[in-house]
Amino acid sequence: MTAVDEIKIGGMGASRRRVEDNRFIRGKGNYVDDIVLPGMLHMEILRSPLAHARIKSIDASKAWAMPGVRLVLTGETMAARNLAWMPTLSYDTQAVLATDKVRFQGQEVACVIADDPYIAKDACEAIVVDYEPLPVIVNPTQSLAEGAPLIRDDKENQSNNVVYDWEVGDKDGTDRVFDQADVISKIDLHYPRSHPAPIECCGSIADFNRATSKLTVYMTTQAPHIIRAAVALVAELPEQMIRIISPDIGGGFGNKVPVYPGYVASILASILLERPVKWIEDRTGNLISTGFARDIYLHGELALRKDGRILGVRMKATADHGAFFSDAQPSKFKIGLMHSAFACYDIPNAHLEARGVYTNKAPGGVAYRCSFRVTEAMFFQERMVQAAADDLGMDQAEFRRINFVRDDDFPHRTPWGFLTDSGQYGKCLDVGLEAIGYEEFLKEKEEAAKRGRLLGIGISTMTEPLGAGNSREYDILGIKMFDSAELKIHMTGKALLRTGAKTQGQGHETTWAQIVAHELGLPAEDILVEEGDTDTAPFGMGTYASRSTPVAGAAVAMVSRKIRAKARKIAAHLLEISEEDVEWELGRFYVRSQPDRGVTIQECAMAAYSNMPDGMEPGLENVAYYDPPNLTWPFACYIVTVEVDPETGVWDVLRLVAVDDCGVRINPMIVEGQIMGGLTEAYAMANMQFITFDEHGNCIGSNFTDYLLPTAWETPGIELHEVETPCPHHPIGAKGIGECAAVGGPAAFVNAVMDALKGTGVRNIDMPVFPDRVYEALQTGQDVSGAPPVRTDET
Amino acid sequence: MTSLFQEVSPGAAEETPTRQITVTVNGESRTAVVEPRLVLAHLLRNGLNMTGTHTGCDTSNCGACTVLFDGKPVKSCTMFAVQADGHEVMTVEGLAGPSELHAIQEGFKEEHGLQCGFCTPGMMMASKALLDENPSPSEDEIRWALSGNLCRCTGYQNIVKAVMWAARKLEDQG
Repeated sequence: MTAVDEIKIGGMGASRRRVEDNRFIRGKGNYVDDIVLPGMLHMEILRSPLAHARIKSIDASKAWAMPGVRLVLTGETMAARNLAWMPTLSYDTQAVLATDKVRFQGQEVACVIADDPYIAKDACEAIVVDYEPLPVIVNPTQSLAEGAPLIRDDKENQSNNVVYDWEVGDKDGTDRVFDQADVISKIDLHYPRSHPAPIECCGSIADFNRATSKLTVYMTTQAPHIIRAAVALVAELPEQMIRIISPDIGGGFGNKVPVYPGYVASILASILLERPVKWIEDRTGNLISTGFARDIYLHGELALRKDGRILGVRMKATADHGAFFSDAQPSKFKIGLMHSAFACYDIPNAHLEARGVYTNKAPGGVAYRCSFRVTEAMFFQERMVQAAADDLGMDQAEFRRINFVRDDDFPHRTPWGFLTDSGQYGKCLDVGLEAIGYEEFLKEKEEAAKRGRLLGIGISTMTEPLGAGNSREYDILGIKMFDSAELKIHMTGKALLRTGAKTQGQGHETTWAQIVAHELGLPAEDILVEEGDTDTAPFGMGTYASRSTPVAGAAVAMVSRKIRAKARKIAAHLLEISEEDVEWELGRFYVRSQPDRGVTIQECAMAAYSNMPDGMEPGLENVAYYDPPNLTWPFACYIVTVEVDPETGVWDVLRLVAVDDCGVRINPMIVEGQIMGGLTEAYAMANMQFITFDEHGNCIGSNFTDYLLPTAWETPGIELHEVETPCPHHPIGAKGIGECAAVGGPAAFVNAVMDALKGTGVRNIDMPVFPDRVYEALQTGQDVSGAPPVRTDET
Repeated sequence: MTSLFQEVSPGAAEETPTRQITVTVNGESRTAVVEPRLVLAHLLRNGLNMTGTHTGCDTSNCGACTVLFDGKPVKSCTMFAVQADGHEVMTVEGLAGPSELHAIQEGFKEEHGLQCGFCTPGMMMASKALLDENPSPSEDEIRWALSGNLCRCTGYQNIVKAVMWAARKLEDQG
C-alpha cells in the first residue's frame, strides 16, 4: 500500500467540479424565498419618497381595514417595544421604522403583514403619511457647510454632520519629506457610490414559536452568528432560543452583512402574530436602502524624488456615509483599512486624515467585494501612482518597479503600520507586461496616434490585506475576528465538516472538503460540508472581506490536524507499536521500519468507535478556532488596453490581462472563477455602475434600468496568469482571493483611458468613465468630476 | 390535472376576481385558479412549487426568471399567468431527463459556469433557446443571446464556455 493520490481524491490543487452545482443546475437550490412554512404571512415595507422630512402623522386605518391584512407596524409600534432604533455595526444607531423624521429616500416607514404579498403591497399604498419636507444634503460639501441642517438631531451631543475625524501615520515626518521633494504630485478623486446588487435581494422568514419560545430566522446573511448575537442583544431574547439559518444565498458581495430593518420588523411581526412572517425585498428596496459602497472623496499627494522614488504620501479622505454610520468594518478603523494603501511600495513616510459625514442618502458603506475600504485605497493608490509617473515623465511600469517592496525585504512594515510578509511584485509585473506585449503596444499606440486614434494602456498593481483578524486588532463590536471548523469523522470513514463561514457562491462545500482531503487523505466526496445554521455550526464571524480561506479555511486544516493527531494514537494501538514509530503518508499511518505494515485513516476511524486504546475518549470528532497571526497579502497586477473614440468618447477594452498571486490555490478552477467575477465588477465600476442623487436626494439608480450592470455582451474577455508565493503563516499557504480583482481592477481601466488621453491636459475623469464624460474632457481639456448632485431639468 | 388551494381571508374572496387557467408546464397540464394580476413567475414558484425560476429585479432586466414560453425565452416576472392560459411553459425543472442531466446543465457544471446559482436557471433556459435555434453558435452569438441575463459572480466567460461545451455535446449526441 502507498499513499493515496491527492488529485484523484479531490485534494488540494484539484480543479474539482463543484458539489453545490448538483442542486443549482436542477433548480433545486434552497434560497430564502424558496422556503415555505405552514401558516406563513408576508411582509412589505412602505418607504419614504422624500430624502429629508419630518413625519407629521401616519394614518394606517385604511390599510388595517383591508381584507387579508394582519398587522401594520409603524415607528410608534416599534418605539413602544424599544425597537424603533437599532445599533449599527459601527457604534452608531439606525432607525428601524422612522419615528421623528425620514433621513433618506427609501427609508423604512411602515410595514404591512398580510396573507399574501400582493395584499401587503396594496395595503402599503393605502397608508397615508403626512411629511413636512426639510432641506436635503447630498454631498460632503453641503453637509459641512456653515448652517447646514442637522441630519442626526436624534443624537445627543451631535451638533454638526460629522461622523468622525480620524488620522493615522506620521504627520511631522511626512511634512518634512514633502519639504525635501523635487516634485509634488497632486490629484483629486471621487470613488462614486456603487451598490453590490447581488441578483438575489435580501429577505428573511421569522418564525417565533410561543410554545417552545424558540425564534428561528431564515435570513440572507453572510454572518449568521453575528446576527444571532445582535438579535439577542437588540430584542433581548435568550441566545440559545435564537436560531439563525442562512440557506443558499444568491450572491452577497458585502450587501448581506449588515442588519436591516426588514429583518428586525419581520422578527417582531412573527413574535406578535405567532406565525411565520416572510419578507422578500424588491429590487428598488435593495438598491435604495441597503448597504451601498464607496462614496469617498480624496485629495492625494506624493512627494517624489527626480529619480522616481516616492518619499512620502499624504491622503485626505472624506467619506459620505449617508444618514446612519452603519458601515461593516472592524470597530477601531473608522475608515476601514484605507491606510493599507501603498503597501506594495517602499515608502518611508505617510499620513492619512479621514473625515466621515452624514448626508441624506442611504446608509451602508459596506465592503462591496472588498476588505473594508481597500477598494478605495487601492484605486486612489494606483491613480496617484499613474499621475505621479506622468508628472515625472516616467514610464508607468518602471515607476512602479523602482518603488516596489523587494522580494528580500519581507517581512516589511508599511508606512501605516501593517506587516506584509511575502510576495514577488516585480515578477508579477513582468508576467503581466510580457503577456500584454508592453513594448509592442507602446509602439502600436504611437503609430495609431499619428492617424488620430487614441490607444491607452493602464496598469494597476497592489497588495491588499485579506482575512481579518488577527483578534488583537480586528473585532466587530468587540467580538474578535477569529473563525472555526468542526470535523466529525464517522466510523465508516465518512465525515461531516461545519465551519463558522457562510458560502454565497464561493464553493465552500467543494473546497473545504479538499482541505480535509489534503490533510487526512479522505476522498473529498466522502466529506459533507455544512454552513450557515447557528444551531449546528461552530461560532464564526462569517464570510466577507475574503476571510473564508485565510481564517475558516485555516481552521479546517487545523481541525483536520487535531483529528490526525488522535488517529495517530489509534494507529499506534492498532499496529501495536509506540506512537514515535508511526509515520504518516497521505491517507495512511505505517510502521517506520516496515512501510508495508500500516492502517488507513478509515481504519483508524472505525477503531475510534469500536477498538480504541485503553483510557482514550471514544470518537473521532473535534473543533478548531483559528485566530490568524496576521492578515494575508495577495498581490495582483492587472493590465488593460483600450481604444477611445475621439468623436464619441466611447472606449472599448482591447485586452484585459490579470496576474494574481494568492499563494497556494486549493481549487484553481474556483480561484479563476473568483478572479473573473471580480474583474467584471471592476469593469462595471469603471464603466457603468453608478448610484447618484439629484439635489432633492432622489436616488438615480433605483432599478436595473437606471443602475447599469454589465451583461455578457459588454464584458471583456479575460486572460489569466498566475504567480505563486505561499503565505508563510497560513497552514496551507493560501491567501485570500475573492476580492483582489474587484479591488485592483478599476484603476487599470481608468488608467488606460487616462493614458489614451495623455497630452490633452486632462488629468482625471471620475468613475464611471461614461462616454459623455470622456467626450466632455476631450472637448474642454478639463477634468470631469462625478460628484452629486446630478443636474436635473429644474436647475 | 392539479388543483390549487389557497385560503383567503374573510372579505377577500368577494373582492378578488379570479380566472381559471390551464397551462402545460414541462409537458404536464396544470390547471389553476388565479388572480388576473398574478405574474407567471409567482404561479410557477408559489402555485406549482417550482422554485427553480427566480425573480431578481421586477423590471425584466436580470433574466433570473427566464422560462421558455412555446419554446421562446420570456421573462416570467413580466408576464401574467393568465397570458399563459393554453400555452406551453418550460422551466429549469423540465431540463433534465428522468435519468440524466441536459447537456446545458452538465456544461455549466463542467465549465464552472455558476457560482451562487441564482441566475443559473434563467441563464440555462436562455441558453437552451439559443441552442434550439442555433446548434453551434459563435462566442459573440452566445454573448448576444445571453445579454438579457445578468450574472454578478462569474464574469460570463465560463458561462460562454459552458454553452459551447453543451453545443459540442449535443452535436456529438446527434
